[in-house]
Amino acid sequence: MKDTQLQSKIAIGILKGIAFSVVLILAFLIGYIFVTGLPNISWGFLTRPARAFQAGGGIGIQLFNSFYLLILAMLISIPIALGAAVYLNEYAKDNLFTSIIRTSIEILSSLPSVVVGLFGFLLFVIQFGYGFSILSGALTLTIFNLPLLTRNIEESLSSVSDDQRQGGLGLGLSKFETIVHIVIPAALPGIISGVILCSGRVFGEAAALIYTAGQSAPALNFADWNPFNIDSPLSPLRPAETLAVHIWKINSEGIMPDLSQVSSGSSAVLVLAILIFNLSARYIGKKIFEKMTSEI
Amino acid sequence: MNKMQNEKLAKQLMKKSKTARYERFGKAISLLALLLIMVIVIGIIIFVASKGLSTFFKDHVKLSEFFGGTLWNPGTTTPDGKQSVGALPMIVGSFLVTLLAAVVATPFAIGTAVYMTEISPKRGAKILQPVTELLVGIPSVVYGFIGLSVVVPFVRHVFGGSGFGILSGTFVLFVMILPTIVSMTVDSLKSVPGYYRQASLALGATQWQTIFKVVLRAATPGILTAIVFGMARAFGEALAVQMVIGNAALMPHNLVSPASTLTSVLTAGMGNTVMGSLENDALWSLALVLLAMSLFFNLLVHFIGRKGAFKK
Repeated sequence: MKDTQLQSKIAIGILKGIAFSVVLILAFLIGYIFVTGLPNISWGFLTRPARAFQAGGGIGIQLFNSFYLLILAMLISIPIALGAAVYLNEYAKDNLFTSIIRTSIEILSSLPSVVVGLFGFLLFVIQFGYGFSILSGALTLTIFNLPLLTRNIEESLSSVSDDQRQGGLGLGLSKFETIVHIVIPAALPGIISGVILCSGRVFGEAAALIYTAGQSAPALNFADWNPFNIDSPLSPLRPAETLAVHIWKINSEGIMPDLSQVSSGSSAVLVLAILIFNLSARYIGKKIFEKMTSEI
Repeated sequence: MNKMQNEKLAKQLMKKSKTARYERFGKAISLLALLLIMVIVIGIIIFVASKGLSTFFKDHVKLSEFFGGTLWNPGTTTPDGKQSVGALPMIVGSFLVTLLAAVVATPFAIGTAVYMTEISPKRGAKILQPVTELLVGIPSVVYGFIGLSVVVPFVRHVFGGSGFGILSGTFVLFVMILPTIVSMTVDSLKSVPGYYRQASLALGATQWQTIFKVVLRAATPGILTAIVFGMARAFGEALAVQMVIGNAALMPHNLVSPASTLTSVLTAGMGNTVMGSLENDALWSLALVLLAMSLFFNLLVHFIGRKGAFKK
């Protein structure tokens, strides 16, 4: 009797130790990133272009590219994911066709991002002739992003109560009108927080971009906002190394003297941006919860 | 006059109303979006397969040479006159880091998940849940950077060698797949009904006996699924591994000698080859192996899910 209780105590002690060590690992990671990285971040570092051979380069262009690619990829993927999620949650019947589609979305979400990147390289860069460009990168990120975004949106659609749908149909709206005017607005906060979460994932992605958006960041003329000029920041056909790709690139073949400062600073900026994405998604999620529980 | 009015009315009644057309339009658009995703998936499989298989059909490399050969230097020939496209070192490297990372991560993940659900749910929800979510959110290049600046020197210092190798890759992947396994294990532990625990405790079992003999047993299919998902993530992870493994396409002799994985050779090599050449085709074959393994992991998850469902 005593033996088993002692055994239980010891085992649970070990479990506590394991859980504690996981917290320690995260604390170390975050601590390391910020302690080594934050001192290197300055306004100049965030805005200067990168330098390949001398010290003192920044990440201005990479940072801009990351956000531009993120916005483009989201603009393309949100309508597609929304449509797919609406069909899956509102129209799809429980049959073979639906289960095939669900399986293929699962397959897409579990594909290694490097394979998605290679497909983008083959299709957009070579077949369509877009070259290493923002456009190829954004389209590839869309493929990378679609499965998870669709699942997130579908989840928030399915959390809308059926009473709302019946109310819409009862008032004589068609099914699609009910979806557009009632279900989607009701699910909007959840959709937004899903979109923000996916943004964090897209923002940090590098493997899918190495062979699509390219590994170089040519100088940009920030006075020229005509998307048809090749050195305009908005040009969709220029190569665009993102921040995540930059960290990989300089760590595998960089030769600048301040390599470790630049990479730790870039890592800190990247993690900080993703932290902001995650916290704002959580905040919006909490807001909806408060709204839902106080209203209903 | 009357007849004309009737005809007009009949026409109006026979025609679909504006709402009905709008409805059909909406349904068609959303179906189209869904089909687009399916076309992309099929497209990826067909493209990668056709590229990857041309090593065997166009360049006439034997399957046994590809999967059994240990010399990887596409474009050159081995001493006995065959193409040196032996992918075994990379395949072994990929499996080794994946299995080792899963072996190290599993006890940690299960321990953490049990703590979060069985021992201290309050602290679990307050501290460990955000911790795992944060760990998931850190991009893989940042893991690679930390691996390069912390793990590699540590391994070099403690275990000798250059520090680059399977062991460093394992450490980095361990941290990367830990949160995936934890959060999915938590879900499966939570789905074990409460009366299982109460029944066990009422029979006089200690908390540990309840956890080990009842809760974990009941959640086994879910935990296995979680581990497979973690392994799938480890197998497909490219940049973080590529940064710490040393990128030498050699059979790994020990855990601290430079090695390579399928993904690391792909990311390092794809930019330096010409489309359609044997060097390039061989790389696509590696991508095909990667794709096939990803499909296999998917199948495994389905299989486990069905087995688990039978039990209940």
